[in-house]
Amino acid sequence: MALEVMTLFNGPILRRAAVDAFKKLDPRVQVRNPVMFVVFIGSLLTTGLWVRACFGQGTAPAGFIFAVSLWLWFTVLFANFAEAMAEGRGKAQADTLRKARRETSAKKLAAPHRDAKSEIIPAARLRQGDILLVEAGELIPADGEVLEGIASVDESAITGESAPVIRESGGDRSSVTGGTKVLSDWLIVRVACNPGETFLDRMIALVEGAQRQKTPNEIALNILLAKLTIIFLLVCGTLLPFSIYAVHAAGRGRPVTMTALTALLVCLIPTTIGGLLSAIGIAGMDRMIQKNVIATSGRAVEAAGNVDVLLLDKTGTITLGNRQAVDFLPAPGVSIGKLADAAQAASLADETPEGRSIAVLAKSKYNLRGRSLGDTHATFVPFSAQTRMSGVDLAGRCIRKGAGDAIRQFVEGQGGALPPDVQTTLEAVARRGGTPLAVAEGPHVLGVIELKDIVKGGIKERFAELRQMGIKTVMITGDNPLTAAAIAAEAGVDDFLAQATPEAKLKLIREYQQGGRLVAMTGDGTNDAPALAQADVAVAMNSGTQAAKEAGNMVDLDSNPTKLIEVVEAGKQLLMTRGALTTFSIANDVSKYFAIIPALFTGVYPDLGRLNIMHLSSPSSAILSAVIFNALIIIALIPLALRGVKYRPLPAGRLLLQNILIYGLGGLITPFIGIKLIDMLLTTLHLT
Amino acid sequence: MPENAWLQMLIYVAVLLALAKPLGAYMARVYEGKPCGLDRALGWLERLTYRWCGIAADAPMAWRSYAGAVLLFSLLGALAVYGLQLAQGYLPLNPEHFGAVAPDLALNTAVSFVTNTNWQSYNGETTLSYLTQMLALTVQNFVSASVGMAVLMALIRGLRGRQITNLGNFWVDLTRGILYILLPLSFLLALFLVSQGVVQTWRAYPKVALVQPIRYVPPGEKAAGPAAQRTVWMKHQTLPVGPAASQIAIKQLGTNGGGFFGTNSAHPFENPTPLSNFFEMLAILLIPAALCHTYGRMVGDARQGWAILAAMVVIFVPLMIGCVAAEQIGNPRLSPLYRVPVLSRASRVGQQPAPHWFAARRGYQLSGGNMEGKETRFGVTDSAIWTTATTAASNGSVNSMLDSYTPLGGLVPLWLMELGEIIFGGVGSGLYAMLAFVIVAVFIAGLMVGRTPEYLGKKIDAFEMKMAAVVVLIPPALVLLAAAVALVLPSAVAATNNPGAHGYSEILYWASSVGNNNGSAFAGLNTNSFFYNLLGAVAMWISRYWLIVPILAMAGSLGRKNIVPVSSGTLPTHNALFVGWLVATIVIIGALTFLPALALGPVAEYLQMVHG
Repeated sequence: MALEVMTLFNGPILRRAAVDAFKKLDPRVQVRNPVMFVVFIGSLLTTGLWVRACFGQGTAPAGFIFAVSLWLWFTVLFANFAEAMAEGRGKAQADTLRKARRETSAKKLAAPHRDAKSEIIPAARLRQGDILLVEAGELIPADGEVLEGIASVDESAITGESAPVIRESGGDRSSVTGGTKVLSDWLIVRVACNPGETFLDRMIALVEGAQRQKTPNEIALNILLAKLTIIFLLVCGTLLPFSIYAVHAAGRGRPVTMTALTALLVCLIPTTIGGLLSAIGIAGMDRMIQKNVIATSGRAVEAAGNVDVLLLDKTGTITLGNRQAVDFLPAPGVSIGKLADAAQAASLADETPEGRSIAVLAKSKYNLRGRSLGDTHATFVPFSAQTRMSGVDLAGRCIRKGAGDAIRQFVEGQGGALPPDVQTTLEAVARRGGTPLAVAEGPHVLGVIELKDIVKGGIKERFAELRQMGIKTVMITGDNPLTAAAIAAEAGVDDFLAQATPEAKLKLIREYQQGGRLVAMTGDGTNDAPALAQADVAVAMNSGTQAAKEAGNMVDLDSNPTKLIEVVEAGKQLLMTRGALTTFSIANDVSKYFAIIPALFTGVYPDLGRLNIMHLSSPSSAILSAVIFNALIIIALIPLALRGVKYRPLPAGRLLLQNILIYGLGGLITPFIGIKLIDMLLTTLHLT
Repeated sequence: MPENAWLQMLIYVAVLLALAKPLGAYMARVYEGKPCGLDRALGWLERLTYRWCGIAADAPMAWRSYAGAVLLFSLLGALAVYGLQLAQGYLPLNPEHFGAVAPDLALNTAVSFVTNTNWQSYNGETTLSYLTQMLALTVQNFVSASVGMAVLMALIRGLRGRQITNLGNFWVDLTRGILYILLPLSFLLALFLVSQGVVQTWRAYPKVALVQPIRYVPPGEKAAGPAAQRTVWMKHQTLPVGPAASQIAIKQLGTNGGGFFGTNSAHPFENPTPLSNFFEMLAILLIPAALCHTYGRMVGDARQGWAILAAMVVIFVPLMIGCVAAEQIGNPRLSPLYRVPVLSRASRVGQQPAPHWFAARRGYQLSGGNMEGKETRFGVTDSAIWTTATTAASNGSVNSMLDSYTPLGGLVPLWLMELGEIIFGGVGSGLYAMLAFVIVAVFIAGLMVGRTPEYLGKKIDAFEMKMAAVVVLIPPALVLLAAAVALVLPSAVAATNNPGAHGYSEILYWASSVGNNNGSAFAGLNTNSFFYNLLGAVAMWISRYWLIVPILAMAGSLGRKNIVPVSSGTLPTHNALFVGWLVATIVIIGALTFLPALALGPVAEYLQMVHG
């Protein structure tokens, strides 16, 4: 999807949000948010009181009731606007995605052969299990798995990445996504899901927020907010009898008016967080999308913040994808030049990065010129899973390179033996974290090539940050324990799982979960699927198989395993934003009391006017200023709600202190200043 | 304030905190079923109790059965107390031949003692027989306290257990709490009180000669005019006595607070000397403070317990100082008129005090501060410390007349109750309600560090939040609603002794006391009427059991959860920052809930007094 970073307030989104803010005045929408529903009812009530006051039945001046009522409506609208803004960004992205979901037709095959009988049907009629043929230049009509063929596919509609990718049958590159385009060759695809359930459909639904359900933590927070709302309803509700008694007892003044009580109530209930809560949740999902990660639920985003353990694949995440040759270690009695020469010969036809790095090393270090590949006597022996060797047969020379035990079998088969010194070297290289490749010519072992994993730059610092956040990193690798330990130490991970099999991975996740930890992992292969399903946060690579994508609860469109760390940060940011605004909202109430309580009761007990420490000019101006501040603060905090509180990797204690100072103390002080300023403005403009 | 006041407060808090650790450790052993020393001497009694009552001591209880047992036991207890009051006229140990208690009063008293509130609409010496005092009230003093501790233990087991459903056995917790904690401590305290002069007897009320006979005009003849008036000589008085010491010991230790006599601990037979006053005061907060350490030990991290105790102390001490200071200063507008230099440096060097009310704070004050309504045995300081302690804990016994306190002096006990009886609070009940506040505090703080909030490794989800919200919400709701109802009923308002803001404070205090299971009375409000008895009983019942059931449900839900191991991403709940955050949460929620109500009462009164 074209995920250009959208600015927070761009024109079309603002316009759409403004319209939606009014559409959301529907009581059925309002009732979903208990805090804002109370404001909504309060607005209706004060509007009614204003109408009455217009007919001379009011307990307060009609102008004052009108002003309060107007600002209460603004409070509701501002909260609606915040939610609409958050949704608007998603909607804009969904529109982009929809363009990819054009109505296409599909070539349905009767059997999975290229030349089987085919019929053309609309894509909408495709069912799971149908077999399709997609040829160059055509859009793939549905998600599916490649059964036959190999083709380059343009997935930019989904990933935003313009370079085409290869899709082929079998292995980890066999899944295709509906809406992507085959650029060359052809594919036979088995449809993996029914229309409306495709990856694209799910993505659209997710970014639009249509499927948004409240997450567990959001529900818990809603309960807390509802509790506070009930308390303040009681506080304001009982204030009426209290003040009636006070008027009776003091013999002067008038009981509090309904308008003033409603204003007090709306100021006290946590409207700031209540109004922004759903916007924060939507924006959290949205931030994931901007990182090109599609979360299947808000629950997954939230869980990401709680992750204790990250399982990271070594290759591609911790180290660069390929190992490189760094040294030649000859056997006793063999010159290093001879070893280098043999190694280079064995690697000439080896197009793997490792093979190329051997040739490069031989050339750069020992000045061996590259030989011509056109040597007619050369027979190249490619790597196979059975022999686990590759090499070359060159004019009677039979050169092989491969893992230590593979070469041992090879030389023993020719009547030779692996010298003990070479064995020692093999082990020493492995212990250093390198991958040893033995080189043999006929029955003689010439020595060892040392291949090394190159740990990604900056990854060690990243892990140190994670440790500070309290997150344990575990490296998963197929290497032997010696190699794994050395790389783990170099990269600075906390732990590693060597010679990892899918079963071992699954077992490890279960063990951590048994110990009460939340585990996050990335995966792409079908054999990762069980572990992905078991992990609490599972990011599947978009390049991975359909099975992996189904098992995970997030899909990374960039297929970048390092992104797991960003996912965790985004999850934490979501929770922190909620916490910070809750604290801010509650802390705000203190100043509102100092504005409104004296205003309500100075008629009855004139001495209570001494609580008016802000020296607000009049009771009605005090109430109105508090209400206006309460409404405006929602607008002022929309950018924070959408962008999220800034996250820095710090231990929990320091993070808490920092946020208490900013949002707790700030929440106490800001409204004193804000209300006073609004009061001064109202007084200057003679609006009260 | 005089140096003496500081010294007394210091000694009180120091002795209290010094005793918290040993007693807390001992109680942890009792509830964990470990050998505690006393089980050697009393173990046979424990086993006998189980055999006679048919209790399977090792039978596990999930939260529902635990809650069921608590409710059943309390209901039967309430019926027993109610029945005994109605039947006391036919029962022995009734030397004054008191008849049946009025049904509404009996109901109020029954609920009041079963819920550990011990609100007294009755006067013990004119209403209840010795049998009722002992078998109904004293027994409930023991068991209601032990129920509170048992519920706390169930919550602790839920917090520390890993995927468990068993919260322990209610009957065992109940029995062990009484047998190994409350009985021995009460026995020691009762013996000490008797040594100080507290009465303990089954004799009828003796009639003694007055040292100085009094002459007075009988009330009915006042209207007849001076000529026709007859004067009467009063030469004797009746001294109410009874088995008081045994009841007073547990009334203080079990945060019950229901006095043997109507005037409670101001009565010289309940609290005769400054020394008895000190130990009774100590007994008020002793177990609630020590339970914090018990808690820390039982969850396996003593720091968690100290943190909660620290939060309690941080709120308690300033309020205590405030209350003592308010009473020492008295009415600042009067001080310049009646300046008496007390312990001031200025007076020692013979300087003239400055003619300014501010001087009152510097050591010049009304003679002895605001002594109205206080016993001369105790003076201002000990009265004010007691008042703060008794309302911090849900004890409610009084040794002075709160109605006569200065507005700010009266605000302190009022607000302490309104905070929800969590600053020490009732035995067990204070800490479990405090833990509900801890969960609310942890929830918001946990969000701010970017994790699903967890406490002691237990994730706080929607269910826990719901239960904690109920626990935090019920008491203020009861207080506000009960006060609102009383204030709109003319007959209820007529029961106040004072007009204006003070009468309002009297009603608000009553509501705060019954709505938080405290039981202390502001006085000045006659609550022995059908309305107050019935509404009070309902409020007390709800405030006790609508908290216990959600607490146990929360314990059950927490127990089923796994424990998340501690890492640097875990919010620390044992350091100064968290204590500060907890204090802020409690104070802000407490202030936000009651500031408007308080503004119309004590705050208005204070401002009128100072500036009016």
